[in-house]
Amino acid sequence: MSRKPVLEIRGLNVDYGLGDQAVHAIRDVTLTLHRGEVLGLAGESGSGKSTLAYGTTRLLPPPGVITGGEVIYHPSAGEPYDVLGLTDRQLRAFRWAETAIVFQGAMNSLNPVHKISTQLTDVLRAHDPRMGEKQRTERAREMLTLVGIAPDRMDAYPHQLSGGMRQRVMIGMALILQPQVVIMDEPTTALDVVMQRQILGQLIELRERLGFSVVFITHDLSLLVEFSDRIAIMYGGRIVEEAPAAAIYRDALHPYSRGLLGSFPALRGPRRELTGIPGSPPDLKGMPSGCSFHPRCPKAFDPCAGRIPVLAPGGDGRTVACWLHEEAR
Amino acid sequence: MTSIPDAKAPAGEVVLEAIGLTKHFPVRRTMRDLLNRRKDAVHAVDDVNLTLRRGQVVALVGESGSGKSTVARLLAQLYPRTGGDIRLHGTSTTAKSGSAFRRYCARVQMIFQDPFASLNPVHTIRYHLTRSLMIHDNAGDDLDGALHELLERVHLTPPERYLDKFPHELSGGQRQRVAIARALGANPEALLADEPVSMLDVSIRLGVLNLLRDLKERLDLAILYITHDIASARYFADQTMVMYAGRMVEGGDSETVTQNPAHPYTKLLIDSAPDPDRLTGAPDAAGEDRGNGEPPSLIHPPAGCRFHPRCPMAMARCSTEVPVRLEIGDVPGHWAACWLYDTEGAAK
Repeated sequence: MSRKPVLEIRGLNVDYGLGDQAVHAIRDVTLTLHRGEVLGLAGESGSGKSTLAYGTTRLLPPPGVITGGEVIYHPSAGEPYDVLGLTDRQLRAFRWAETAIVFQGAMNSLNPVHKISTQLTDVLRAHDPRMGEKQRTERAREMLTLVGIAPDRMDAYPHQLSGGMRQRVMIGMALILQPQVVIMDEPTTALDVVMQRQILGQLIELRERLGFSVVFITHDLSLLVEFSDRIAIMYGGRIVEEAPAAAIYRDALHPYSRGLLGSFPALRGPRRELTGIPGSPPDLKGMPSGCSFHPRCPKAFDPCAGRIPVLAPGGDGRTVACWLHEEAR
Repeated sequence: MTSIPDAKAPAGEVVLEAIGLTKHFPVRRTMRDLLNRRKDAVHAVDDVNLTLRRGQVVALVGESGSGKSTVARLLAQLYPRTGGDIRLHGTSTTAKSGSAFRRYCARVQMIFQDPFASLNPVHTIRYHLTRSLMIHDNAGDDLDGALHELLERVHLTPPERYLDKFPHELSGGQRQRVAIARALGANPEALLADEPVSMLDVSIRLGVLNLLRDLKERLDLAILYITHDIASARYFADQTMVMYAGRMVEGGDSETVTQNPAHPYTKLLIDSAPDPDRLTGAPDAAGEDRGNGEPPSLIHPPAGCRFHPRCPMAMARCSTEVPVRLEIGDVPGHWAACWLYDTEGAAK
């Protein structure tokens, strides 16, 4: 796989609210998405994974504010540019054509009063007004076939489709302008495991065919391990570990990653006693000092409460933010 | 009390039993239906047999829409049943309202999926628990003591810290613990837990499951654990039953059902569960013949076995005859409702 970056997030900070009341939802996140890669973003609710996705695409609803950092996008042709610096008009062209999002609960993000053909062609009309009606329909047809829906369902309304099919339509819609980056925010949480597997399998297949990159956000780490190339784990608004999927699964360095992996009962192998992670996720309003995980961490020691660990290389192309791994470097 | 959750442990006393439990929800009729004298119904639950024993956890696994929550609500007498029977300690029980319902509640309690919705936001924890204790006359002389004991049972310690809080001041896991404490306030024999952890953060789910297991052992509760996550059923439950489109398709002890699934649907379910060992990059051919597709409409469910339109092993008889429970024969008590295991019928 080529290691050319397509989206680089550098030192991104996102707050909710202003001034003293502000809640720091994303703190100093640096992350690179490479071309053709599936990057998994895992974390519990409130860890900032969705905020990160919305922040990088500038879709944050108020009171969300980006307070710092940059998001460098590398188009397939031309110079890289900072998404955060785009004007409204440029931004409108950038969205969907370069970066598309499949939202959480995508099943319900289709407009119930319009046929799916209308909704699919609308995207094309907005981004390429010169395209003819016939071409648009043709393209929409093509897209539906690609995601495994018979084109004769073009004129169906969303309620006539099942949950899995609606999800496929959403994926088709996201891909219709051939974006370089597709962000999927918990795309399958509302679906059954059987449907989930089908859709993800298909997505991976499409990625191989069309060559886009995916940011895959979910709290289900076992799913990520299976489907993504690299995984970044977030906790309390920061990335605590980033590594190839296999490395996270076999040998997670951060105690939180390890705890998260140990929170999923296994379907195969020996049945063992699991404990999850004691305590509860931190409140963003009152973050613990130092490493935000230290009150729940089984391995916490002196420096953890005082100093915030920095994300530093831990060998083999992985990074970890934990004082435990400081000496090893 | 042994700490090993073993399905072969002495079968406890039967607390709650469902026999041939059936629930059909009527569908709104249009003018045309009235003229045609058609009566449609959603066949949410058909012919479900289930036994909850003291000190045992039974898991009910199925996809959304398979009718598993309806079973719980029927058992809790929140819905009137269309057919079949619910037996509490062997006696057939119907408790619609009033004191009969209250007496029933004292013995069978339910825990709901969403701890954010199941607690009243304008009342304190003290109020919620006091209500539960008072209604069921379990407060005794020392209400405060009883409240403390309840909270300690669900590991919310020190109790003083939680009693006067409002639900919004607690995290999801703590709220679910309060909901469990409230259910325990009635001093029940059976607990119906409808997806008790699926709304919680991943890292605290196991804490709540371990708590339920601990309560089961200490209080000798019979627990029905409803979930869509078959891996957690394996972890937590002694017995596992699998439901598909309103019918039970397989049952037996959890280890056997998850390790040696017999019914093609259970196999599909287990194959589809995320498995980190099957590492990245293997889109596994999207499994041509594994029974992909979707659950059928329950208004006009397929005749015969409801899984047959998706089943890779379907035979002619599957589409006409409803399969009966057939012993698999590997482990006692392991059964599947699938004609594949009908050795006698094949011989005939």
